[in-house]
Amino acid sequence: MLRFLVRRLLSAIPVLAVVSVVTFLIIWIVPGDVTAEIAGPDATPAQIVRLRQELGLERPLLERAMVWYGHLLHGDLGRSYLLNRSVAAAVIERLPVTLSLVALGLLLSVVMGMLLGILAAVRHNTWIDQAATSVALLGLSVPDFWFGLLLIVFFGVQLHWLPTGGFVPLTRDPVGWLRSMTLPSLTLAFTQMGVLARMTRSSMLDVLGQDYIRTARAKGMQAWVVIFRHALLNALIPIVTMVGILTGVLLGGAVVVESVFSLPGVGRLIIGAIQRRDFPIIQGGLLITAATFVFVNIAVDILYGWLDPRVRDDR
Amino acid sequence: MTADTATARSRGSLAAEMARARRRRYRAFIGRLFAHRSFLLGFVLLGGIVVLAAGANVIAPYNPDQNDYHSFLAPPSAAHWMGTDEFGRDVMSRVIFGTRVSLRIGLGVVVASGILGTLIGALAGYVRWLDGALMRCMDGLMAFPGVLLAIALAAALGPSELSAIVALTVTFTPRTARIVRASVIVTKRMLYVEAALAAGAGHLRVLFRYILANTLSPLIVQLTFMFAVSILAEAILSFLGVGPPPPQPSLGNIIAGGRAYIQEAPWVTIYPGLAIACAVLGLNLMGDGLRDTIDPRLRTVREPR
Repeated sequence: MLRFLVRRLLSAIPVLAVVSVVTFLIIWIVPGDVTAEIAGPDATPAQIVRLRQELGLERPLLERAMVWYGHLLHGDLGRSYLLNRSVAAAVIERLPVTLSLVALGLLLSVVMGMLLGILAAVRHNTWIDQAATSVALLGLSVPDFWFGLLLIVFFGVQLHWLPTGGFVPLTRDPVGWLRSMTLPSLTLAFTQMGVLARMTRSSMLDVLGQDYIRTARAKGMQAWVVIFRHALLNALIPIVTMVGILTGVLLGGAVVVESVFSLPGVGRLIIGAIQRRDFPIIQGGLLITAATFVFVNIAVDILYGWLDPRVRDDR
Repeated sequence: MTADTATARSRGSLAAEMARARRRRYRAFIGRLFAHRSFLLGFVLLGGIVVLAAGANVIAPYNPDQNDYHSFLAPPSAAHWMGTDEFGRDVMSRVIFGTRVSLRIGLGVVVASGILGTLIGALAGYVRWLDGALMRCMDGLMAFPGVLLAIALAAALGPSELSAIVALTVTFTPRTARIVRASVIVTKRMLYVEAALAAGAGHLRVLFRYILANTLSPLIVQLTFMFAVSILAEAILSFLGVGPPPPQPSLGNIIAGGRAYIQEAPWVTIYPGLAIACAVLGLNLMGDGLRDTIDPRLRTVREPR
């Protein structure tokens, strides 16, 4: 188990290396002069030149890369051009909002997706199966930001049930926090549960066709005990892998959903930075979200190896 | 001499017979495909959108950029079926023209990432010493969650249709490469590949003629789903303002524009979203149909978006 763990952690190194190269190069492909935009329309040419020197944009690419990596290896992601503070602090400060949105979205999509999948498998080839499969497919086919806007119109503007946006910290007002997170996490869950629902359905169908399920039924066990204890537990293994992938997808979706619901998370920080060309924030945000995703996947793999010994012995 | 012409003739008729058989199989396949209910439904949905996009100049009731100074944010009516936006532009005409952008970018991504992904996947699967390096690069690109990388790339390249295509291609190519690589690795070990190599066929010929032909089915299924995902992703880019810029209408930037007026004029937001949903649902249904028809064993393969 230890060897498996170490090997899995080591495998993250090349991936993170590629991630950092791509992140560094993004600023390099920008056409035109960024400094003029940062300095603003009133800046004199002399000010722009000074700013360029300050930002280190005058130096050759390789040298800039060396400096960037030097700082990166010390955990220094640079300073934001516009917020005038360290990138790491700005990103980490907003990480809890994003992570709690992802966690709630994950919880909801796992519950909804698995229920739909189980329902479809248990009532295989009936109208219930069709309805469940259709809902799952519909969720996969609508744009997440658009669905979020519809929820705002319906639950926020028409019914006044929930706030149309904004964020309440959990520590200040737990009920307000839950109210402010309900629509965003519902948006994420509805648009992402489809993959899990399909996966659960096919995995359950596989298991439900096995002999031991027939035996369990034949000896007179209650239907729901058979479904949840015998079938679902065995259908769970492929579903666990899916949860790792789903987390990444939700992390990506959160970026968009945060901008729709004005939640002060990393996604909105990055989008704001993109609009104002604040490249250190863009780079830092990309790097930290990608690293988060990589480590979530490692955690899922380790969980998987613990659930199913074949995995850790094989590889 | 006579013997030669006889074999030539019989070889000719054999080739003709094989071509006929291939056409028969092809026709049977198309028949099975359209007998598949979801494929048919998807085909109709997507077909409708394609017709709208192709005939936009004829079908759209107004010029998408023309302002009607008598009705700003007017609700749907006989004159404007989907209402008007804050500049008095006809939403329906803008949606119809917007589908062009979505389809064009989606198709661009499918073609570009189909070609690139096939090349990278084939090299990684066939040339062992390239495999590790190439696939680690692909893993690195896939480590950026969702369309985050595409958003940053599109922003860096500057908002335009081409940069949207480039950004989404970079983001989605690793998925194609993975599918092709997996398929190449399986096919490489087949006996007929060994036979072709033994018969003196070069590696390039074996790779392209014998191995890649066999990866076509999973690739087509994958690219259909990728078309759907690209349309969704393009809408996100346009919505966030890093896609093709206004005034040219794209489904995403119409929604972005309508967002400020969502309380008094929800129709500006609702209809373009429905158009996206129709196109994407159509493609997803077609993908399901193709997957079931081409290869029932692929049933459980479904890349998340």
